[in-house]
Amino acid sequence: MSNEIEAIKDPGLPAHVHRKTDTDPAAANRAERQVAILFGVSALGTVLLIASYFIPDDIFIFIPIMGNQNAHQLGLGLGMAISLFFIGLGAIHWAKTLMPDTEVVAQRHEFRSPDSDRKEFVEAVKSGAAASGLGRRSLIKRSLGAALGLSALSPLLLLRDLGPLPGKELEKTTWKSGTYLVTDPGNRRIKASDLEVGAVAQVLPEIADPEHRKLSDIAKDAVLLIRLRPQEFNLEADRLAMTHDGIIAFSKICSHMGCAVALYEQQTKHLLCPCHQSTFDVSRAAKVIFGPSARPLPQLDITIDQEGYLVARQPFSEPVGPSFWERNSQ
Amino acid sequence: MKRLSRYRRHKAVAPLLLFFALLTIGATFSVANAATSAEKTSADRSVQIEEGRQIFLKGCSSCHGLNAEGAQIAPSLIGVGAASVDFQVGTGRMPMADMSAQAMRKDPIYDAEETAALAAYVASLSPGPDIPAESSLNYERDGSTAEGGELFRNNCAMCHNFAGQGGALTQGKYAPTLMGVEPKHIYEAMVTGPQSMPVFSDKTITPGEKMSIIKWIKSAEKEPNLGGASLGRVGPVTEGLLGWVLGLGILIGVAVWLAMKVR
Amino acid sequence: MTTEARLGSVANFVDERTGGAAWMKKNLQKVFPDHWSFLLGEVALYSFVILLLSGTFLTFWFDPSQREVIYEGSYEPLEGIKMSAAYASALHISFEVRGGLLMRQIHHWAALIFMAAIVAHMMRVFFTGAFRKPREGNWIIGIGLLTLGIVEGFLGYSLPDDLLSGTGVRIAEAIIQALPVVGSYLAYFAFGGAFPGEAFIPRIYVVHVLLLPGAFLALITAHLMLVWYQKHTQFPGPGRTEKNVVGYPLMPTYMAKAGGFFFIVFGVTAFLGAVASINPIWLYGPYTPGQISAGSQPDWYMGWLDGLVRMAPPIETHAFGHTISWNILVPGLIIPGILFTGMALYPFIESWITGDKREHHLLDRPRNAPNRTALGAMSLTFVLVTLINGGNDIIATHFDLSINQIMWGTRIGVFVLPPLAFVVTKRLCLSLQRADRELVLHGRETGTLIRLPHGEFVEVHEPISPEKAYFLTSHEQAPALELPEVDGRGVKRAHVLRNKLRARMSVANAEAVPKITANDLKEIEHH
Repeated sequence: MSNEIEAIKDPGLPAHVHRKTDTDPAAANRAERQVAILFGVSALGTVLLIASYFIPDDIFIFIPIMGNQNAHQLGLGLGMAISLFFIGLGAIHWAKTLMPDTEVVAQRHEFRSPDSDRKEFVEAVKSGAAASGLGRRSLIKRSLGAALGLSALSPLLLLRDLGPLPGKELEKTTWKSGTYLVTDPGNRRIKASDLEVGAVAQVLPEIADPEHRKLSDIAKDAVLLIRLRPQEFNLEADRLAMTHDGIIAFSKICSHMGCAVALYEQQTKHLLCPCHQSTFDVSRAAKVIFGPSARPLPQLDITIDQEGYLVARQPFSEPVGPSFWERNSQ
Repeated sequence: MKRLSRYRRHKAVAPLLLFFALLTIGATFSVANAATSAEKTSADRSVQIEEGRQIFLKGCSSCHGLNAEGAQIAPSLIGVGAASVDFQVGTGRMPMADMSAQAMRKDPIYDAEETAALAAYVASLSPGPDIPAESSLNYERDGSTAEGGELFRNNCAMCHNFAGQGGALTQGKYAPTLMGVEPKHIYEAMVTGPQSMPVFSDKTITPGEKMSIIKWIKSAEKEPNLGGASLGRVGPVTEGLLGWVLGLGILIGVAVWLAMKVR
Repeated sequence: MTTEARLGSVANFVDERTGGAAWMKKNLQKVFPDHWSFLLGEVALYSFVILLLSGTFLTFWFDPSQREVIYEGSYEPLEGIKMSAAYASALHISFEVRGGLLMRQIHHWAALIFMAAIVAHMMRVFFTGAFRKPREGNWIIGIGLLTLGIVEGFLGYSLPDDLLSGTGVRIAEAIIQALPVVGSYLAYFAFGGAFPGEAFIPRIYVVHVLLLPGAFLALITAHLMLVWYQKHTQFPGPGRTEKNVVGYPLMPTYMAKAGGFFFIVFGVTAFLGAVASINPIWLYGPYTPGQISAGSQPDWYMGWLDGLVRMAPPIETHAFGHTISWNILVPGLIIPGILFTGMALYPFIESWITGDKREHHLLDRPRNAPNRTALGAMSLTFVLVTLINGGNDIIATHFDLSINQIMWGTRIGVFVLPPLAFVVTKRLCLSLQRADRELVLHGRETGTLIRLPHGEFVEVHEPISPEKAYFLTSHEQAPALELPEVDGRGVKRAHVLRNKLRARMSVANAEAVPKITANDLKEIEHH
């Protein structure tokens, strides 16, 4: 017995087992009929598709599990699905039962080119490069590099007008000293007495043309108004001064990634952002108590005018919304 | 007559007399009651309030305090108004089944009369939001579906989801589904702000706007799913799950069949 | 003229101008191995075709403009509402164009299946080691297709400008804006000014219908050409070697099966489009930055990214008047960047560990490459944990849990569960190898008991066929790399640390249950 480790030998391709359809012509004909039936079902599907096109689209039929379905839609879709699916089924069944299923063996070829080809390739490249003179003539090389490099810059320059420079725009909102708080939607001024304890209101700054408010402005101006009992606040004196009789206002744009934060839990005084679950404690100036946001929501300084309407005392003291490089967040 | 009086000291006399007295009083009372108008007299209201107080003492005071002043585990009910009670008791949330994160909607324990009595009692403690009258809840007439949709998306969708299917709050609390809720209860919830829900004042969302919101909710409830089965109306999570399980699942099944040898 | 004669004259016409007969003759007989898992890539390919067809349909009606319009269509709950022209046109397709909603749904379902098939196909290629030489380039193209697919899908579902997808765009803008130094500039350039602006949808429309499909066509063509030219890999088995391909010829069998499968994929996608509502934009409402819905998520293939962002610790650097948002950059860009780069380079990493520079055309059974399989299981676990966190609010409402619990669970789970999955999977693979060894050595347990004359009960084992024995033992079990610290002349090798790491990993990688050899079989024959 040899000491060499001998692997178990390859017995070669197993003998081909003939299918019933190969040996029995009746079975083969049956398979052919089956394929034909499958193609026939597909044709029925197409008929359903065409017929459904003309069903009026206000007829509903009840399907178990799915509920009331629009007959026109369902017919179109099912018709299309059946007409396609059964062509596939027929073709595959045809291939499986009637087309040759003897396994064929083909040889793989080595990818590596013969050494002589490789040598000739290298020679061709070398002589071509030498003929171009690029190697020898460094002036051409350097000036070509400079020309190509510069020309690549021009598309970048042409893209300059994709947008304006941000400037200080990210730091400013429409809110100024004396801006009235109005309901969103509705654009009605709000009196402090309009809000009960535990109430919230969606608020925007009053502008001259409320019908044509820009979405880009709403994306920074949206504010949430919340009323607590004054004793429920746990605020520093300067922040307390920005509230009015238990009413506190925060930017509604999440300081994390800009979603609208308006899930207010009345009992816990927590504000939840549904995007990434940042949770803010309203009684502590929207301090972050859970989730990925790193900064509290900016607070709007509010007071009332002589008639009791809520009004902003000054603009936001910091940029609203998500952070950016130039943001001074200290 | 003399024959009857011979039995006047019979032991059956007292219960029999009591029975007849009760029958007479009861009959007189129900006849008298039926004859009066629908409006409750103050005397009837105080009866109702007393009935409510009795139910309150039995079923609610163990958590809310003997005078509804509240305790560690339950808030004060003074000033919450009849609307709060009608909502909480009418949707079965109160009495709470267990001390979980929040009260669940379930089959109400008290019937309509008992609920009304409880509401009257709590309202009597201190003024609060009233139960809206039937006539003021005609949302079909007084509301606008499109306006309601805008208001809903601005004020409600962030908790209750874009189609009113409900959503998650923190620490296991949740905003429940709005499907299958009576318009009266929707209105009362907006006005009283039950549990975690904030209050939506009538000045910031007017009663007319509240009607629009209710109209939109009802329209979303009735709206058939246009493209097929709804998958819960919760968005991409269930859609992705179905795409993998049904979509790729069926395709892998067909692929396995395709590569199988035929006998 | 008979059909044959007609075909002949057409063939002649083409051949005289292109010399196509030689190429065609070779390729019509090309052999394709047949295994169901080889069809996953086809599902992706056919889904791409369906996306092109259904997408083209949609472009005939979609208006990629953010110009504000008042809705005047047939859907009553949005009557008179302000919205972008893009959203209004998507509503028009859904409600007034016959077959419009069906096509929108087929398009979106096809996109979900496209991405699922790419991931499933990628897993098959990974677990069977089909990315090894000479197919490293094709693997990298595949990772490129995966990445582009994620972007294309995101841009696609953002086109209708509805409340859900608009929220996703806001988050994308926040990621761009968070980039240090250039963030606010890039954001303003991308959006043509402040968010949301009016330039974004028209711009991504061009990317979505022209630039990315063009890139896809080029990459998919390269991907398929490489498969065609390098020939498909095959599973090991009797008659199959590194030097041959065993299967069915292109014409007619493979053509019929593969062609038929296209109709199957299209049919299933159309079925989903018919019976399952997807992206009901009329219920979401038009996008405005002041609104949001509870349970806002991206499509599943970005769900893991959302989960990563949700679980990130709230860390920002506030220094010298500037802000760096690690809580956005790390989960949104850095971790995905590391992951995808690692994925793309994996063929080279693995060949560095094993020192294997040969071509491989026979696939590995996953159990025979325990380290690689375990690594794959570890990656899948990572994606699954982050995916679950991406849907934590939906899971919380449906299973009565708390989002805070799920968040903490996944924060810890994302560190603990993947290594656990690695260890468990590796042990499972080694157990399976042991089971294979038993099968070869002792045969199949038949469940029949016989009683020997002296009373002992013994189970009858049926010997396995030589084909099966070969299948179970034909794999390679290469020993670990030899990397001595000093070379033949006693000089210390360079890269000491790197070589130590390489040697360690090579040893771990080579851990296996020794397979049965012919010698072992001969030995037991003596029993």
